[in-house]
Amino acid sequence: MSDYILKADSVAKNFGRRLIFRGINFQFSENGVYGVSGPNGSGKSTLVKIIAGLSSPSEGKITHNHNNNEIISEKLHNYIGFVSPYLVLYEEFSAWENLEFFAHIRDVAFNKEKIETLLNDFLLYERREDLVKTYSSGMKQRMKFIFALMHSPNLVILDEPTSNLDEEGKETVYKIVEREGKENIVIVASNERSDLALCGETILLEKFKQ
Amino acid sequence: MKDLILRYAARQYYWKNLNNNIDKISSFMNSKAFALYLKDFRSELRTRYAVNSLAMFIVVAISVILFSIGNEKIPESLTGGLFWVVIFFSAMSGLARAFVAEEERGTSLTLQLIASPSTVFTGKLLFNLILVFLMNIVIALLYSALFEEFVIRSFALFLLTFVLSNIGLAVSSTIIAAIISKAGSKGTLYPVLSFPILLPLILTSVELTSNCMLGTTFEESQVLLAVILCYDVIMLTASYMLFDFIWKD
Amino acid sequence: MKNFDIIWKTFLFLLLAFVSVAGIAFPIVENPVHWYQFPMIRGLEENAKIIFFHVPTAWLTVIAFLMSTIYSIKYLRKKNLDDDAKSYAAAQLGIIFCILATVTGSIWSKFAWGAYWSWDPRQTSIFALLLIYGAWFALRSSIESEDKRASLSAVYSIIAFVTVPFFIFVMPRIMLGLHPGSEEIVDGKVMQSASPVIDFKMNGNMLLIFFLSLAAFTILYFWMWKLGYKSLIYKDKIQKQISRG
Repeated sequence: MSDYILKADSVAKNFGRRLIFRGINFQFSENGVYGVSGPNGSGKSTLVKIIAGLSSPSEGKITHNHNNNEIISEKLHNYIGFVSPYLVLYEEFSAWENLEFFAHIRDVAFNKEKIETLLNDFLLYERREDLVKTYSSGMKQRMKFIFALMHSPNLVILDEPTSNLDEEGKETVYKIVEREGKENIVIVASNERSDLALCGETILLEKFKQ
Repeated sequence: MKDLILRYAARQYYWKNLNNNIDKISSFMNSKAFALYLKDFRSELRTRYAVNSLAMFIVVAISVILFSIGNEKIPESLTGGLFWVVIFFSAMSGLARAFVAEEERGTSLTLQLIASPSTVFTGKLLFNLILVFLMNIVIALLYSALFEEFVIRSFALFLLTFVLSNIGLAVSSTIIAAIISKAGSKGTLYPVLSFPILLPLILTSVELTSNCMLGTTFEESQVLLAVILCYDVIMLTASYMLFDFIWKD
Repeated sequence: MKNFDIIWKTFLFLLLAFVSVAGIAFPIVENPVHWYQFPMIRGLEENAKIIFFHVPTAWLTVIAFLMSTIYSIKYLRKKNLDDDAKSYAAAQLGIIFCILATVTGSIWSKFAWGAYWSWDPRQTSIFALLLIYGAWFALRSSIESEDKRASLSAVYSIIAFVTVPFFIFVMPRIMLGLHPGSEEIVDGKVMQSASPVIDFKMNGNMLLIFFLSLAAFTILYFWMWKLGYKSLIYKDKIQKQISRG
C-alpha cells in the first residue's frame, strides 16, 4: 500500500465541442509502474497533463492523496515529477544552474548528493557546468529525468520517456523506472512496446472514445 | 525617572520592529517568487535582450519627439502629457517580455510544474516592477534634461505620483502581458489591450504631473493621489484572482 | 408559446413606432398646452429630442457590457461554451450601441456646445468603452482554440469591467466637464453645474416618452441578444456535425 493514492472519477475531456475521451475511472493505490497506451491522437498526453494538474478535465475530477490527506492544486507541483516531449529547460543556463533554480523555486532543499547521483546515472555529470543550449537532444531528454526526480516526488509521470534516446539511454531509463516503481507510483504514457512492457495495469485509451 | 523608562521602552520597541522587518525582508528574499525574479534577472544579465532594446527604444522615442517639435516652443502642459506618452510606449515595448519569452521558448510548462500560479505572478510582477522603475527613472532624467519646459516645482508630490503610478503601470502591464502571451499576434495586440486598462491611470497621472509642474500643494492633489492608490489596489486584487484562469490550460 | 411571441413582438413594434414618431415629430413650444407638446429649453430647442435616442443607446451599451462580463464570469466557473456565446452576442450588440451613442452624442455636442468632440469626461468614457470593445474583439480574433479564446476574453472582460467605475464615477468628479451634472467653472470658481441632467425640465409627457423609449430599446436589445446567442450556438453545433461527417 503506497502512501500516495491517485484516483480518477469519470474524467472526460473536450476541446471546444470535440470529444477526446470520457468515462475514465481508476484508482492507483499501490506502488508500481502503470501504463497509458493508445494510438497517436488518442489523448495520452492530454490525460497525463490532466493527472499532473496542468489541464482541467471537462468532466469528472482527479484526486491526489498523500497519507490520507487530499492535496490541493496549489501544492501539487512538488509531489509530481513530469517528463514530456514538450518540456523545455532554460537553455541560457547550465544544467547545474537550472537544477539550483528549480530547487529554490520549489522551496525544496538542494540535495547535492542526490543530484550528483542522478547526474552520474544519466551520464551528464561531466557536462553539468555546460549551458543546456549546447546539449544534444538525447542529453536534453536525460536532463528532463533529473528535473523530474530531483525533488523525490511521490508520483512520476513519463510521457514518451524514451524519445530521442539511444540504446544506452533507454537502458538507463528502464533501470530508473523500475527502481522508482518500487517506492513510488510511476505512470508511463507511450506507444513503444518496450516502454509498455514495464507496466502493470495499463489504461487503453482507444476504449474510452465514444 | 518615568522619562528614562519611557525612552528605554521606545528604544526596545524600535529595535524589535527593526529585527522583525529585517526578518520579513530576508524571508521574502529567500522566497520562491524572489527566486523566479532572480532567475529572470540573471538571464537578463547574461543575454541582455530586454534592457538593450528597451534602452534603445527610449532613446528613439524621445528623439522622434524632439525632431518632430524642431525649434518650436511647446506649452508647459503639453510636456507633462508627452512625458507619459513616452512612458506608455516604452512600457509597451519592454514589459511583455516577462511572459512572452517564457511562452515562446516553451518554458511556461516548466514553470507550471515547479510553482503555483500566484508565485509565478508575483515573481514576474517583481521583475516588471523593477524594470518599470529603472525605465522611468531614465526617462524622467532624459526628459528633464532635454525639455527645458519640463520643470517640476513640487518635487515631493512628483515623487509620490511617480511611485504610485509606476506600481499601477507594472501591475496592469503584467496581467495584460500574461493574457497576450497565450494569444497570437502578441506584439501588436499588447498596446491595444493595455491602453483602455491604463487609461484611468494615465489621465490621472498627467493631471498630477501638470499639478507638480504648477507647484500645486499636496492637499489639493489628495483626491488624484487617492484615485491612483485605489487603482493600484483594485488592479492588484483583480490580477491575482484572475491569473489562475489565464495560466492554467 | 408562439402566439405569445407574436403578441409581444407586435407590442414592441407598436411601442417603438410610437416612440420614434413622438420623439421626432411632437413639436416643442414655449408653453405646452396640448398633451403632445414638449416644453422648450433655452439653447436646445428642437435638438432636445435627441435625448430620446442618445440616452437609451448609452444606457444599453453599458447594460450589454455588464451582461457580457456576467456571462464571462459564468463561463470561468462552469466552462460551458454556451455562456461564452451569450457573452459574445451581448458584446456584439454592445459595440453597435456604443458606436451609436458616440455618434448621437457628438451630434448633440455640436448643437449644444459648438464642437463635435471636446474630451469631456463622459465623452472620454464612452470612447474608452469603444476601445475596450474593439480590443476585446481583436483579442478574440487572434486566438484559434475555442477554450483559450473563451477564457482569455473572459478574463479581459472582467479586468476592463473593473476599470469602468473609474470612468463613470471618479473622472467626472475630479475633472471639469461639459455634460449636465459635471463640474464647470462659473465666475472663476469650480462648482457643480446647474445644467439639468435628467431633471431636464421635462414635463410629464416628455418624461413619459423618454421612459417609454428607454423601455422599448431595452426590450429590443434583449430580443436581439437572444436571437444572437441562439444563432451562434446553433451555428457551432452544425459546424461540428459537418466536420464530424
